[in-house]
Amino acid sequence: MLDLLKAPIQAVQDFYELTGRAFRNVFRNPHYLDDIKLQMDTIGVGSIPIVLLTGFFSGAVMALQMGRSLQDYGQTGRVGSFVSIILVRELGPVLTAVMVAGRNSSGIASELGSMKVTEQIDAMRALGTDPVQKLVTPRMIATALMLPCLTVIDDFIGMLGGWLIATFVYALPSLQYWSTTWRALVWNDVAQGLLKPFIFSFAISLIGCFYGLRTSGGTQGVGRSTTQAVVAADVTIFIVDLFITKIYVSATSS
Amino acid sequence: MTPDPKTGLLRFDNVTVGFDDETKTLDGISFEVHERETRILLGAAGSGKTVLLKTAIGLIRPLSGRVWLLGEDITEMPEGQLFDLRRRAGMLFQESALFDSMTVAQNVAYPLLNQKTNRMPRDKMEPAVREALRFVELEQTMDQRPSELSGGMRRRVAIARAVVTKPPLLFYDSPTAGLDPITAHTIMALILKERDVDNTTALVVTHRYQDGNLVANFRYNPDSGRLDPAGKQGTNTVFMVLREGRLIFEGNQAALEASTDSYVSKFVKRPAARDAA
Repeated sequence: MLDLLKAPIQAVQDFYELTGRAFRNVFRNPHYLDDIKLQMDTIGVGSIPIVLLTGFFSGAVMALQMGRSLQDYGQTGRVGSFVSIILVRELGPVLTAVMVAGRNSSGIASELGSMKVTEQIDAMRALGTDPVQKLVTPRMIATALMLPCLTVIDDFIGMLGGWLIATFVYALPSLQYWSTTWRALVWNDVAQGLLKPFIFSFAISLIGCFYGLRTSGGTQGVGRSTTQAVVAADVTIFIVDLFITKIYVSATSS
Repeated sequence: MTPDPKTGLLRFDNVTVGFDDETKTLDGISFEVHERETRILLGAAGSGKTVLLKTAIGLIRPLSGRVWLLGEDITEMPEGQLFDLRRRAGMLFQESALFDSMTVAQNVAYPLLNQKTNRMPRDKMEPAVREALRFVELEQTMDQRPSELSGGMRRRVAIARAVVTKPPLLFYDSPTAGLDPITAHTIMALILKERDVDNTTALVVTHRYQDGNLVANFRYNPDSGRLDPAGKQGTNTVFMVLREGRLIFEGNQAALEASTDSYVSKFVKRPAARDAA
C-alpha cells in the first residue's frame, strides 16, 4: 500500500523541486534572453491563430445561447453584458489556457522529452550549463508574459463574435451591444481576467517541462509524456480556476 | 587521502554505483588518471563503461566511495558547483548528443555562448568556432543541421564541441562504436591529434582493442597530418579492463598482452590489429 503511494509522492516532490529551481533561476545569472524571445515567439505569437479561432466561435456561440434565453424575458438587449462578463471572467482565461496547454504543454514535453532520450539534456549538464536555467526558466517566463496577452486577444475577438450574432441574428444596434459590453465590466473583472492566465501559465509551462524532463523509454516514452503533460495541465487549470474564482468571490462579496 | 592536484586529474576511490546493493553497475572501482596520460578503458557492452564516465563528471552519483575531478571532491558537490567544474572537462557522448535544433556552428559555439565562465564576445566567437571545426576538418558544414550529417561527421562535430573551450581533460565514450573501419580510424586519428597538439589528458572508453593499440603506438605528425609510429619514445598510455562492473586489469600494453585472464585475452588476441594503422 505504502509502496503504491511512493511514486506519486516522489513525483509531486520532484515537481516542486523543479518549480523551485525554475523560480530561483529568474533571479540568477546567466539569463538566456535569446531563448526567452524565441519561446515568446513560439508560445505567444504561434498561438494567435488558434486563439483567434476559438475566441471568435466561443463568443459567437455564447451570444447565440444567451440571446435565446434572454428572449424569454424580453431582455435580448443585454446580450453584450453577459458575453463580456463570462468571457473576461471565465471563458476567456480558461479556454485560452486550455488551447495553449494543448498546443504548448505537449510541444514542450515532446521537445524536452526527445532531448532527454537522445542524451542532449545530459550533454547540456556535461557542458557545464544548467538545463533548468537554459530550458525551463525561459519557457516559464515566456508563457507567463504571453498568456495574459493571448487572453486579452481572445476576450476581444469573443466580443466581436458576439457582436456579429447580436447584429445579424438578434438585430441589435451595434452601439447598444458595445455600450452594454463596456459598461458590464468593472476593474475587478479585468484584474481577475488577467490574474488567471498569469497563474495558469505556470501550470502550462512547468507541467510540460516536468513531464519532458522525466521522460524515459525512447520514442514511446516521449509520446507518453506528451499525453500526460496535456492531461495534467488541463486538469490543473480547471482546479486552479475554481480556487481563484472562490477567493475572488469571497473577497469581493463582503 | 586527498590526491595531489598537480598530477591526479581524475581519481576514483572504491566507487560503487547502482540502484541498490543487489544490482551494482560499478563495484569497488579505484584508479587515478595522471596528467598527460591517456587511459583506455576496455569492456564489453553492459560492463559499466558509460556509467563510469558519467560518474566521473558527476552526472551519476556513487552509492559509496569518492570521486575527485580536477583535484576536487565531487562526490557530494552540489550541481551548481559541478557546472563550473565540468566546463574544464570535455565529454564526447556515445551517440554524439548534438543539439538537433541548432546548426553545427551553433552547436560548437554552445559552450562559448552559454557557460558562465567561458562566455566570450560574439566577434571573438566565430574564429574560435571555425578553428574547432577546422580541427575536425568540417569547416564547410557550419550552417548545416546535425540531422543532415553522417554518423561519423556528427561525432567529429561533437569532438569539436568538446574541445572548443580547450579543456585539459577529455572523456570519449565509445568514439568508434557503430562506425566503419575507415571512419573509426579518422575519429581515432582526431583523438590522437588532440592529445599530441594540445597535450590533453584523456579517458577513452572503447570495446575495440585496435583503438587502444593505435593510441599506445602512434603519434600525430603535425607536419604531414598523418599518424607515425611512436617508436621507442612511446606514449603515456594505460589500459584498464572492466568486467561486469569490476576493474579486472590495469597496466601498460605489454602487461595487457601478457595477461592470462581469459576475459582480458579475448579483447587482446587480435594479432592483425597491430597493423591496422
